[in-house]
Amino acid sequence: MSKVYIALQDNDESRYIVEAIEEDNPEATVIHMPAMIRIEMDGRLTVLRETVEDKMGRDWDIQELHLNLITLGGNVEEDDDSLSLHWNE
Amino acid sequence: MAKKLNIKDKYRLLTRDLDWEFSYVDRKDAFPFEEFEGIKITDWSKWEDPFRLTMDSYWKYQAEKEKKLYAIFDAFSQNNGHLNVSDPRYVNALKLFLTGVSPLEYQAYQGFAHVGRQFGGVGARVACQMQAIDELRHVQTQIHAMSHYNKFFDGFQDYSHMHDRVWYLSVPKSFFNDARAAGPFEFMVAIGFSFEYVLTNLLFVPFMSGAAHNGDMATVTFGFSAQSDEARHMTLGLEVIKFLLEQHEDNVPIVQKWIDKWFWRGTRLLTIVAMMMDYMLPNKVMSWKEAWEVYFEEAGGSLFKDLARYGIKMPKYAETIEKEKEHVSHQAWWIFYTHGHAAGFHTWIPSDEELDWLSEKYPDTFDKYYRPRWELAKEMEAKGERFYTKALPQLCTTCQIPMGFTEMDDPTQVCYRDSVYNGDRYHFCSDGCKDIFDDEPEKYVQSWLPVHQIFQGNCGGPGVENVLSDFYRMNLGEDNMDMKGSPDEKRWKQWKGVA
Repeated sequence: MSKVYIALQDNDESRYIVEAIEEDNPEATVIHMPAMIRIEMDGRLTVLRETVEDKMGRDWDIQELHLNLITLGGNVEEDDDSLSLHWNE
Repeated sequence: MAKKLNIKDKYRLLTRDLDWEFSYVDRKDAFPFEEFEGIKITDWSKWEDPFRLTMDSYWKYQAEKEKKLYAIFDAFSQNNGHLNVSDPRYVNALKLFLTGVSPLEYQAYQGFAHVGRQFGGVGARVACQMQAIDELRHVQTQIHAMSHYNKFFDGFQDYSHMHDRVWYLSVPKSFFNDARAAGPFEFMVAIGFSFEYVLTNLLFVPFMSGAAHNGDMATVTFGFSAQSDEARHMTLGLEVIKFLLEQHEDNVPIVQKWIDKWFWRGTRLLTIVAMMMDYMLPNKVMSWKEAWEVYFEEAGGSLFKDLARYGIKMPKYAETIEKEKEHVSHQAWWIFYTHGHAAGFHTWIPSDEELDWLSEKYPDTFDKYYRPRWELAKEMEAKGERFYTKALPQLCTTCQIPMGFTEMDDPTQVCYRDSVYNGDRYHFCSDGCKDIFDDEPEKYVQSWLPVHQIFQGNCGGPGVENVLSDFYRMNLGEDNMDMKGSPDEKRWKQWKGVA
């Protein structure tokens, strides 16, 4: 199975986003590198707005992800509530 | 109060609804470049933009990115951030970045502005226009970030002039010129897909992480800020490919040919990044080989498995490319070290710790083929005979890199290929570059090859020094030569209070 990945700038906002991703995707691997955090996962990885809002304690628009995003790999599916990555095999 | 529109509806209204039916102009006259490449588009409305970013959100988020970025630039400059870099040698990677990479951002802006006008589909046009604005932002933020270094280090003063003339900078310049001189669909496969989706990751992710690891707050910040746009560019690149392949089966062989060409062109271009990672970052994050495995082999492998359902195969020469990761950074830094008098930045022999690191990271090749060269260079330098080559290198007609790469199955043998076209013989560094020439010789015979131009008397002269100082506008004795004894090194020692 192919790995999808997402990398975020290592900052205070990303910390909550990463926590949310870990909670919603328990199989994901989180790799800390200088100034960045890379998250990899076999199959499908999903970022849920609701979980991020819960961690941050405020409203969070899924498109705010763009502010801290460094790179990603996989086909993107985005709507108001989530962003997910997957490969077709 | 009116209900807030959801992303999908907003995207439809603010993007798709911007198009209109043409009543008095033939669409073929309005989009004259859409057919000559042989690509068949039957229905532009099938275009899907996964991010569905609309212009109002675009400006909102970009403004926020810029505010964050410039706050950091201010802090960096107010706090003399240049004094916090790990080692003054590091700054030379930035000189190469400003002269070799930043002008490509400007070329990308020009390219995307062009295709953003020429595509018949409104979704593609809007996405390309956003990317054009992004690329303009990237070149501007890079110039701003590096203007601080220009106050304290040599080699930053004339990057734009140098990009247009200096021998090794013709490598990145001609790469983008080639893409921009192609049709709009080839440009998108070249830059939007091959370059953005797979190759820029190698520059903007591990190298920028390396910048952070070397104390360069300004560069890591512009790098990651640019890369936050790249994530959107990558999805655009992937969407273009899927769209072309789904539109018509006749598009498949054309797209495959462009993928083969541009992955090869891209890996050649990235040789510069390979050497920046392995030789120019004093504090190491990962080796070029490791970065290549993560971002090219693993990420690219998943991508091509995904595209296999359309009949797309891994790029031609993928096997050669896999072997090259063990060699190219070493071969490239050796070229620059031996031509260090003609480079607009400083070169050096890696320290003993760095040589050990390279031995560890490249157990199959470094000790066998490359370490002995550096040991010899050390001996010569110790005797006061630091080596600079006297000759001008032969260049590959396609990638324009000096012919210093070897056969991958025999790394002691330099690789030479050639083709005869209209009675003239042209030289190439590889099968990949030869194939690209043979497919479009009438394009590549026009290459502006810097060494040929020098010999033809088109770059001033008569001596190499005159070319360097007058035509390239390098400050000789300041911008070029070894790091040891350079004005950069002297100033650094003064700032740090060491003898």
